[in-house]
Amino acid sequence: MNYIPISSKDKKEMFESIGVKDTEELLSLQIPEVLRAKKLNLPGSMSEQQLLSLFKGYAQKNKSDLVCFRGAGVYDHFVPSIVDEIVGRSEFWTAYTPYQAEASQGTLQAIFEYQSIICQLTGLDCSNASMYDGATAVAEAVILAIRTTRKNKVIVSKALNPEYISVMETYIKNLNTEIIKVDIDDKTGSISKDTLNNIIDENVAAVVIQNPNFFGNIEDMQALSEITKSKKALFISVVNLVSLGLLATPAEYGADIAVGEGQVFGNQMYMGGSTFGFMAVTKALEWKMPGRIVGQTVDKDGKRGFVLTLQSREQHIRREKATSNICTNAALNSFAACVYAAYLGAAGIKELAEANISKARYAFDEIKNIKGFTPLFKDGVFFNEFVFKTDKDIKKINEELLKENILGPLSLSQICSLNGGYDNCLMFSVTEKRTKQEIDKLAEILSRV
Amino acid sequence: MNNNKTLNEIKSNRNEEKIVECDVALNANIDDKYKRKSVPNIPNISENSLLRHYTNLSRKNYALSTTMYPLGSCTMKHNPLVNEKIAKFDGFSSVHPYQDEETMQGSLEVMYELQKGLSEISGMDYFTFQPAAGAHGEYTGLLIIAKYFKSRNEKRTKIIVPDSAHGTNPASAALAGFEIISVKSDEHGIVSPENLKQVLNSDVAAMMMTVPNTLGVFEKNIKEITKLMHDNGSLMYYDGANLNAVMGILRPADIGFDVMHINLHKTFSTPHGGGGPGSGPVGVKAFLKEFLPSPFVVKEEGTFKFHFNDKEKSIGQMKAFYGNFPVILKACAYIKALGADGLTEASKQAVVNANYILSKLKDKVKIPAGNCCMHEFAMSLKGALGDGIRTLDVAKRLLDNGYYAPTIYFPLIVEEAMMIEPTETESKQTLDEFVETLINIFEESKTNPEAVHNAPVNTSVKRLNEVEAARHPILHW
Repeated sequence: MNYIPISSKDKKEMFESIGVKDTEELLSLQIPEVLRAKKLNLPGSMSEQQLLSLFKGYAQKNKSDLVCFRGAGVYDHFVPSIVDEIVGRSEFWTAYTPYQAEASQGTLQAIFEYQSIICQLTGLDCSNASMYDGATAVAEAVILAIRTTRKNKVIVSKALNPEYISVMETYIKNLNTEIIKVDIDDKTGSISKDTLNNIIDENVAAVVIQNPNFFGNIEDMQALSEITKSKKALFISVVNLVSLGLLATPAEYGADIAVGEGQVFGNQMYMGGSTFGFMAVTKALEWKMPGRIVGQTVDKDGKRGFVLTLQSREQHIRREKATSNICTNAALNSFAACVYAAYLGAAGIKELAEANISKARYAFDEIKNIKGFTPLFKDGVFFNEFVFKTDKDIKKINEELLKENILGPLSLSQICSLNGGYDNCLMFSVTEKRTKQEIDKLAEILSRV
Repeated sequence: MNNNKTLNEIKSNRNEEKIVECDVALNANIDDKYKRKSVPNIPNISENSLLRHYTNLSRKNYALSTTMYPLGSCTMKHNPLVNEKIAKFDGFSSVHPYQDEETMQGSLEVMYELQKGLSEISGMDYFTFQPAAGAHGEYTGLLIIAKYFKSRNEKRTKIIVPDSAHGTNPASAALAGFEIISVKSDEHGIVSPENLKQVLNSDVAAMMMTVPNTLGVFEKNIKEITKLMHDNGSLMYYDGANLNAVMGILRPADIGFDVMHINLHKTFSTPHGGGGPGSGPVGVKAFLKEFLPSPFVVKEEGTFKFHFNDKEKSIGQMKAFYGNFPVILKACAYIKALGADGLTEASKQAVVNANYILSKLKDKVKIPAGNCCMHEFAMSLKGALGDGIRTLDVAKRLLDNGYYAPTIYFPLIVEEAMMIEPTETESKQTLDEFVETLINIFEESKTNPEAVHNAPVNTSVKRLNEVEAARHPILHW
């Protein structure tokens, strides 16, 4: 298959119009012979049927469709049918970035609705159209803070997702910035006010706190934000959209920037990509925001319409002075989130958050009763993830679970960027998708291994 | 029925039935201080209402599936449907990133196969799939260049970028901590060795080039340019935005490039999604391997594994996990479907299609590329239109005629620019009709300038006020 709808008769007519005898002549007019490549050393073409069978084979080599108790940044939530139906409409997925606004009102209004939903959930004033993922969204938020405050220290929680910390470190390496990592409290698994108070000073550009944090625990964002503000630093909250059905909004505790991973809303896991990152900021930071932003306007007859706006921040206008180099982002993934949130509505998003915490608490209580499992943070308040320390053989646990098609908890010693300290620790994620029966099965296997 | 509402204008119409099932006892009490106070303003509406809302919205989009989309430098080629079908296989979509390697051998094999394909097509030795888009790839490539010089204790602070380059080039170089030097294109729209020599010195780390460039012109001095740069100890970066012109025709690595990114969502047919997800894999020659982000896939004794570079040497991580997997998957399927000959044929036909349009327009407008081009060309509409009519008006009038408009006002070095990239997947009939429409609009701009200036009138909205949108931003409901 090559998808070229041109016959040899067509070609002949085209060559006549161009004034060459064939493609080779056309190329030789432009490319010196010495630069030409040898014939590609790749196999021949395949039919659609052969292709399907080849990729079916690859897919079957994966262990997939497991009952998933693993999270740590990517979660197994249920995706309702309407998401696939709408996002699967080719009018959306085969369109480009909406440069010609009048011919792109579908995409533009969808982005406007997405931005509105992010603003509603975070409480903040301005959302962009999306970032590549949660990790790059955190990195870009930190860059925004450094540039805005012109200060050169950043405080991040040690309970910020290690993948995010790692990407942020790559992104800001050239900015001459010091990164200070705050320890979490052993009992609560969250950052204590005093710890932050002791290390923060006037040279700090931003404090980055994830809530619920990497270990699943809920932070006292209000207190941490107040301390941050007192030193004129920006408070960057890294939040889980699902939790915002229940937990305080970034605006309510005074965050300047809210960012996070959006996969939890309407996107499949796909080995961690493709997902999307979201970013919302206060009105004061609107012009500093990276990425595409859609705004509402009117056409020449006064009819409502939508356009890309505040474009003088962006690379195609400002080139090296742009707020970011981002161009293509993750529009279709953020659109999936938009449709997902629209399907649930405010009431459904609350139900979603409540189902997550309820099921996680049920699972926690079941596991706590099993001999050999102790909660790592005895005073922690968690959302849909929690950590247990165990004296059992972790490898064996997960092997046994896999035999029953269960993807067991994450062994934290596997995450090398945590730099140790979490041997024998298992992190469980329990979303609304897990049934009571599945949780009971998990507990039953854990107790017999 | 009024189909012009925004979502929040649809009244809540669901009954009291729960939408999220919970088969354990509800146990969601938390301390008030952690609790949300406000209720988000998102209506609770039925699936039926929602389906209508978004289906109607979709009808307000022009897309590749509804019309020709000749956006220069964007390679809007047909997105094969079988690739979408493959990407929906549960075997791929339900894999968690922290599964053990043994349980995701299929996905790893797909990544390995794509690396092999891209290596053969580009000549580069190793690839990372972490970058999520072209600009992200540029940033990655530039960090690799910076790290390479750091490892050699060389202080090189500047990146050369031609004035015809995409805006992301200088923006990415700035983000990577470099200073940008712009080099002027000559009268043929290409970089001349003489102009380059004037800005070349020991501070220069690398030069970023798009080949063919954004005018659609092949940089015929490329060999001399890469030699000048390498003699200066500098590296060459290939912006892969225009790779669709050269698959099987020339290989960036063979003609002297050291680092490159590829836009899978352009050359390798994966859909653009209205602005992503994309994928911008970065390829390097072997001497730069140790600087790549971790991990990438290797094959050891028949098993696929993630390889992690030494932490001190690697530039670090660019994105969580391994890359935009569904995009990687679709690109891999595309390469397999076309095979060696199909890929070469795709590029060749892309070049023929662009030249065919050029041959029909060259007597009507000024084309900096001259009489032939690669897979796209830029033209200047200055002097070709009626009084007071601009390129923007022509673009809007094309919308009235059912076409998406080509890229306009880019490259910046062409006055009243319009940049056309038809791709290889359009039929001759479509190309003929497009050209005819364009020529009619040129005529109309003289005979009935008002109609062109008032365009579009056949779209869901008329010309939108962008100035007002930026002056008084309304960014949400």
